Amino acid sequence: MSEGYPLELRKAIRVVEETREERLKKKYRRLTLEERDELVKKWHPDYRPDTKRELKVGPSRGAIVYNEVADLLEAWPIADPSKIDLSTIDYDVDILIIGGGGAAASAALWSLYSGIEPDNILIATKLRFGDANTVKAQGGIQAADRPVDSPVRHYLDTIGGGHFANKPELVRALVMDAPFIIKWLEDLGMMFDKTGEGEMIEYSGGGASRRRLHCARDYTGLEIMRVIRDEVLNKGINILEFSPAIELLTDPETGAVSGAVLWNLETSEYIIVRSKVTILATGGFGRLHLAGFPTTNHYGATADGIVLAYRVGANLRDLDSAQYHPTGVAYPEAILGELITEKCRSLGAQLVNVNGEQFIYELEPRDVVASAIIRECAEGRGVLTPTGVCGVWLDLPMIDMIRGPGTIKKNLPAMYRQFKRHGIDITEEPVLTYPTLHYQNGGIEINVYAQVLTPQGTPIPGLLAAGEVTGGVHGKNRLMGNSLLDILVFGRRAGMTAARIVKETSSKPKISFKHLEKYTAELEKINVPKTRKAPIILPDYRGNPDYRGKNPYLKILEITY
Amino acid sequence: MSTEKKTTKTRTVRIYFMGKAYDVPQGLTIMKALEYIGYRFIRGIGCRGGFCGACAVAYRLAGEYKLRTGLACQTTVEDGMYITLLPYSPMEKPRYNLEEMRGEAGYILKIFPEIARCVSCNSCTKACPQELEVMDAIQAILRNDIKRAADLIFDCISCGLCSLRCPAEIRHVYVFQLVRRLAGKYLLPKAKHLEERIKEIESGKFDAEIEKLMKASIDELKKLYMERDIEKA
Ligand SMILES: Cc1cc2nc3c(=O)[nH]c(=O)nc-3n(C[C@H](O)[C@H](O)[C@H](O)COP(=O)(O)OP(=O)(O)OC[C@H]3O[C@@H](n4cnc5c(N)ncnc54)[C@H](O)[C@@H]3O)c2cc1C
Repeated sequence: MSEGYPLELRKAIRVVEETREERLKKKYRRLTLEERDELVKKWHPDYRPDTKRELKVGPSRGAIVYNEVADLLEAWPIADPSKIDLSTIDYDVDILIIGGGGAAASAALWSLYSGIEPDNILIATKLRFGDANTVKAQGGIQAADRPVDSPVRHYLDTIGGGHFANKPELVRALVMDAPFIIKWLEDLGMMFDKTGEGEMIEYSGGGASRRRLHCARDYTGLEIMRVIRDEVLNKGINILEFSPAIELLTDPETGAVSGAVLWNLETSEYIIVRSKVTILATGGFGRLHLAGFPTTNHYGATADGIVLAYRVGANLRDLDSAQYHPTGVAYPEAILGELITEKCRSLGAQLVNVNGEQFIYELEPRDVVASAIIRECAEGRGVLTPTGVCGVWLDLPMIDMIRGPGTIKKNLPAMYRQFKRHGIDITEEPVLTYPTLHYQNGGIEINVYAQVLTPQGTPIPGLLAAGEVTGGVHGKNRLMGNSLLDILVFGRRAGMTAARIVKETSSKPKISFKHLEKYTAELEKINVPKTRKAPIILPDYRGNPDYRGKNPYLKILEITY
Repeated sequence: MSTEKKTTKTRTVRIYFMGKAYDVPQGLTIMKALEYIGYRFIRGIGCRGGFCGACAVAYRLAGEYKLRTGLACQTTVEDGMYITLLPYSPMEKPRYNLEEMRGEAGYILKIFPEIARCVSCNSCTKACPQELEVMDAIQAILRNDIKRAADLIFDCISCGLCSLRCPAEIRHVYVFQLVRRLAGKYLLPKAKHLEERIKEIESGKFDAEIEKLMKASIDELKKLYMERDIEKA
């Protein structure tokens, strides 16, 4: 067992305690749009000149993306077409869903509700069904259902938060479907936090003008995943766990996506799947550790989906921006980079620097708050841990002072537990935080039917996508609580579209690696080193458990033939 | 990160894994310690943050007979730790239709008759890495207090450690899943406002206004955005 804060940090905490009474009475003022802009441009990693570069190959050639993403898009396939036999099909289905998070489960259920037999749906996922970012979501899910709120407000909040770069029709779908999605979850038996009379208990999230975060303690994503996973299993939908997709397959005549090659992680065998429709629901890219940041993401968040989609011609958008959650764990080192939910700030906890001063209104949009914390540390107003990590304080004990004793334990049990395991009692002590890589704002461009689009705006036949792997819904910055909503809204739309396409398609497609010919020719031209391969499937932390100072993604999982 | 690593000497602890002893830096979680010594996980790992339940471990400490349990991503290594990983707790998931049930214990017992075999030994509670009152929850079901049971085990992450320790061979993970869904569907009050709002949306009440925003110029949107009133947190 750890014994909590070391002496030097305990001393630093005293300053926080001394200023608490005063601060309880003071709200930090909100910044103007211009001030926000200036802060973000000066300090946010999105604006650092060394973090990004221009893509040299593929349909979105010329787009600016993070270096780590470019490395994977300018990389050779791990599947070697000359060594994979496509003549034997292992699974021949109507709908293949790649991924095992909330978007995948939602897509599966809505395919089924739309008339597809469970036997004709296959979910293939990397680790276990539910090992995903979805189960890690703590704060909540947005939906404008209170009388003082409206989808119109939700729309405005969302595009304002996204720096007005969102795709309008996707935002409309998001906010208009939202109350329906909450109702669906409730009907499936999700335990939302409610008052005795059934009033949903709703909180405000950063950048939202109304309280509209629905939650289930601080296990909201876990509860959503548990419920819809249980329902998928009840319906008898087929699932392959430990079977990541490593390449899509295409019909050589029509160019339509017609299945995928999976790789059995346990036995190192290939699994060939043919499908009339393929839905990519592979989530985000946190484990690429962009700009050297730690991450809140699950182990399998390695951007595989964008790599696969890009090779069949998908347009990628907004991958020049990433969301760094303002409050990642900076101490203890054992859980470095893990999330301290924004709900702490919704409940009243302030951010405080080494001098015990507030330096930002705590519910500004995430990129703004993250930038302010990075500034405090860079200008010497941060707190240093014994191993040299810098952070600022999140003054959690304020929550119980504002909202009454017991609030933390009741509303933030996961947070309380996480720190207690390391000897820190968050009802009495503040915690040290620093931004952590959290969310893939951009990704594969889709339309309102979840169809994947080329740069020309035409759908790629046979390919749909939903969830964090897509771009456009959130523009350049996602609001808290909009992603859990996104995955269910667009997972559902993908499921319904897939069912429609299946009903319209009578013949079985052919499968091939044809799409790789053009792509690899481009790679050849820019001399991509043969050792650089993608997707990487899992990060590699061997010998380097805290990833710092070394790229964790340089080695792909070795495939044995 | 923005700062340099200071050169402080890290102390090490000795752990035992797969028949070998390893010295690893103090303060690492079991998961990071195993990565440190050269393992690349392909199972027994998921979210790395204590939410998914994929990384159950059992361990003993040198000089102790007590078998301890935990999560590899949440438990820090200690000197003299003998560790094994338990990536799966084997159990079949029973299928059911929630629509045909009610929030009553009878429906649960019909699918999981084994819960009546609970001998109140409390091994489940002791095994729980979330420190939930697992046995009390089983007993609450037997008393037909489904709401209390759901409340007690709401924070369950389905790691299966309780089921591995249970002499009555109860499949807690799936029992509790059903308990929560029955409570959520039949015992919690229905949400207010939702139906109303859905009807408003379906009737097209917001269409014109949203349409207007979709067509607005960025400057107009910026103005509206900055002028919107903000509800108190
Ligand atoms: C710590 C944390 C807290 C969060 N809190 C909130 C919150 O409070 N509110 C909110 O709205 N959002 C929150 N988010 C964001 C939200 O949880 C995610 O964006 C969302 O759940 C993503 O869902 P998804 O289904 O698209 O992807 P995921 O849930 O990540 O699922 C992707 C799945 O695809 C699998 N996969 C990946 N590659 C492959 C492959 N090659 N082949 C097969 N399978 C593959 C993965 O293993 C995984 O199972 C949070 C995220 C994190 C990490």
